[in-house]
Amino acid sequence: MRLRLASVALGAIMAAAPAMADLVVPNLSYRTGPYGASGTQYADGFNDYFTLLNERDGGIGGEMVQTPECETAYNTEKGVECYEATKGSGALVYNPLSTGITYQLIPKVSADKIPLYTPGYGRTSAKNGKVFEWVFNAPANYWDGASVVVKYLLDQNGGDLNGKKIALVYHNSAYGKEPIRTLQELSKKHGFTLSELPIDPPGQEQKSQWLQIRRDKPDYVVMWGWGVMNQTAIQEAANIRFPMENFIGIWWAGSEIDVLPVGEAANGYKSLTFNGVGMDYPLYDDMKKFVIEPGKASQGGQFVGSALYSRGMYAAVVIAEAIRKAQELAGTSAISAEQLRDGFEALDITPERLTEIGLPDFGPELKMSCENHGGSGMARLQQWDAAAKKWSLITEFTEPDQDILNPLIAEDSEAYAKEAGITPRC
Amino acid sequence: MFYREAGDFKTSYRDDGQTFPIRLDRWGYYALLAVAFLVVPFVIDSYWANAVLVPFLIYAIAAIGLNILTGYAGQVSLGTGGFMAVGAYAVYKLMTAFPGVPIFIHILLAGGVTAIVGMLFGLPSLRIKGFYLAVATLAAQFFLVWLFNKVPWFYNYSASGQINAPERTFFGWAITGPATSASAKYLTCLVFAVGLAWVARNLTRGTIGRKWMAIRDMDIAAEIIGVNPLTAKLSAFAVSSFFVGVSGALLFSVYLGAAEASEAFGINKSFLVLFMIIIGGLGSIFGSFAGAAFLVLLPVFLKNVLVARLGWPTDLAAHIELMIVGGLIIFFLIVEPHGLARLWALTKEKLRLWPFPH
Repeated sequence: MRLRLASVALGAIMAAAPAMADLVVPNLSYRTGPYGASGTQYADGFNDYFTLLNERDGGIGGEMVQTPECETAYNTEKGVECYEATKGSGALVYNPLSTGITYQLIPKVSADKIPLYTPGYGRTSAKNGKVFEWVFNAPANYWDGASVVVKYLLDQNGGDLNGKKIALVYHNSAYGKEPIRTLQELSKKHGFTLSELPIDPPGQEQKSQWLQIRRDKPDYVVMWGWGVMNQTAIQEAANIRFPMENFIGIWWAGSEIDVLPVGEAANGYKSLTFNGVGMDYPLYDDMKKFVIEPGKASQGGQFVGSALYSRGMYAAVVIAEAIRKAQELAGTSAISAEQLRDGFEALDITPERLTEIGLPDFGPELKMSCENHGGSGMARLQQWDAAAKKWSLITEFTEPDQDILNPLIAEDSEAYAKEAGITPRC
Repeated sequence: MFYREAGDFKTSYRDDGQTFPIRLDRWGYYALLAVAFLVVPFVIDSYWANAVLVPFLIYAIAAIGLNILTGYAGQVSLGTGGFMAVGAYAVYKLMTAFPGVPIFIHILLAGGVTAIVGMLFGLPSLRIKGFYLAVATLAAQFFLVWLFNKVPWFYNYSASGQINAPERTFFGWAITGPATSASAKYLTCLVFAVGLAWVARNLTRGTIGRKWMAIRDMDIAAEIIGVNPLTAKLSAFAVSSFFVGVSGALLFSVYLGAAEASEAFGINKSFLVLFMIIIGGLGSIFGSFAGAAFLVLLPVFLKNVLVARLGWPTDLAAHIELMIVGGLIIFFLIVEPHGLARLWALTKEKLRLWPFPH
């Protein structure tokens, strides 16, 4: 009896990986913990797009796609556990939606030769494909985001930010610290003063930072927040009557759950985005027909069309296109992780292709190469309409200031190459 | 039946005072060590190493460290996470500053650095104790994490404040970095865990350990019989921090490979290790291992049963898992407030008499 119990226990620990089959795209999601409310919507969008491909087209190139989920709770140790548990199942690509876990996985995926796709988060300098062979962060990264915000503010102020004050409110973690270096460079170039206000994770505690904003009266507040920190910040901004249209969040601070709790007072809040929102895209007709109405949507489809759902879906679109490209290049439909990397490097999602998929103007044109793993870095702004309870896009896709960003990326990635002993390729 | 003492005679004090006085226990211990060193490294895969055994061994070292301070010397500490961070950042600074030196030396040096920091934060223990000391060490926890977040020198001025472990070797074997094999990771942690557990066991049953326990049981009485509270308390802080520092260094360099002060070494880590020793058993080396196993392996086990076997949704499984682990903690503490080690000792007592109890 004891022996049998022990063998059942052993078996249960061993049975971490699903059966080998099909194309496996693990979904390292988080639906619990302080960031669970945000992570759950993203994970739904990610799952549902692959469900649509399976239901409508019979997968990609005739191969069904599996998305085994693993709960990380945004915790790096659980992230490592999830990575190890799923990688044996023939995992093709990882998208952990956490900058901390991404940093953890970068050396591991490079050794295991599995691509890591981190759209809009992760290590910014991974854009340099010469050093980061297995990491892709298109369409945009944090430094692109910082630059697009400043470009937008330049537009608003007739091209001159001299003497303006900008406050950066950031999540005090690797994620939140990413834009600082770029914003410092940009403040030198454009003559605005930058004040940095860190908020310790998870971020409910930020009274003193807003007190300081009240005292300093910055012209603009830029926010790098995530999860519960966003709602708190927007509420605090409303409390001190900071003009909402001068408050701009990064794309991770721009979903419905961030603004809804604040109600009317959040009207006019702006955030960056690199994907469209809402359900006015032809793809959603298919989505309704094949996924939502038959009841196959993740969590019953309660978040369909929300900003984070759309972003998760967009990540799935890019991965699916990369798989298609890899199948084309490899001449086989059952591709390996290494072949998928070639697919990512040859990826070219044109506006025409997006229209074909049923998502016209949903994301920027996306073109990667051996040197450039980050695409063009284009992003746009959206604004919250509290009465209609929806986001509306207020600018076109804007290209960031590459003159400032490229030297920074070269510098940071070269430092990493030296530290990790990597010889640049291409 | 299982624990026969008949025929197991001891004819010297030395025999009587050994760690495993019962022959069966001793054999079991040798067998376990033999399996751990000679069998497991050859069969281990990266899932077992990275998700199960390596974290277990690392947390066991941290739990032994905290057990020395809290279980043996009676000084309550909530600063474990902060001291682990000291170990991690010390090994990071050392391995990037002196890349040629074998990593084992760096890990031990990182433990030494942590011992010094631990002694500094242990100074208030001379004046305050109990809850007040817990608050002082809590301050250490917050201060240290804040420091590693604030001062760029500690993370070599990287853009994001993350630290990454570059590849370092020991006699040509990669011990840190992505190319490390599962067995190298496991063996590194095993060597440290077994070695430090041996040191801890022998310290705690010698003069130093007796002084710690005297201070724990009644400090004034201890002082009257000639125990110097200054050296006893500070040595407990130093030895404990050394262990915790080594575990932090291993956690960062061997296990995770990258870390961020507030995420990897936050207050949660202090609580986790504290729960380990409370559940495992205060003042017991075996208890430290049992507690670490309970809190590291059980969630992984439950996750695999609920998600991989039963196919439950991941979020539901995660919540149920929290409830089960929490419920079991409460259950164990009600059934045996002295922890798993005491439960094990009672089981052994019973088995020695079985099947003819008094």
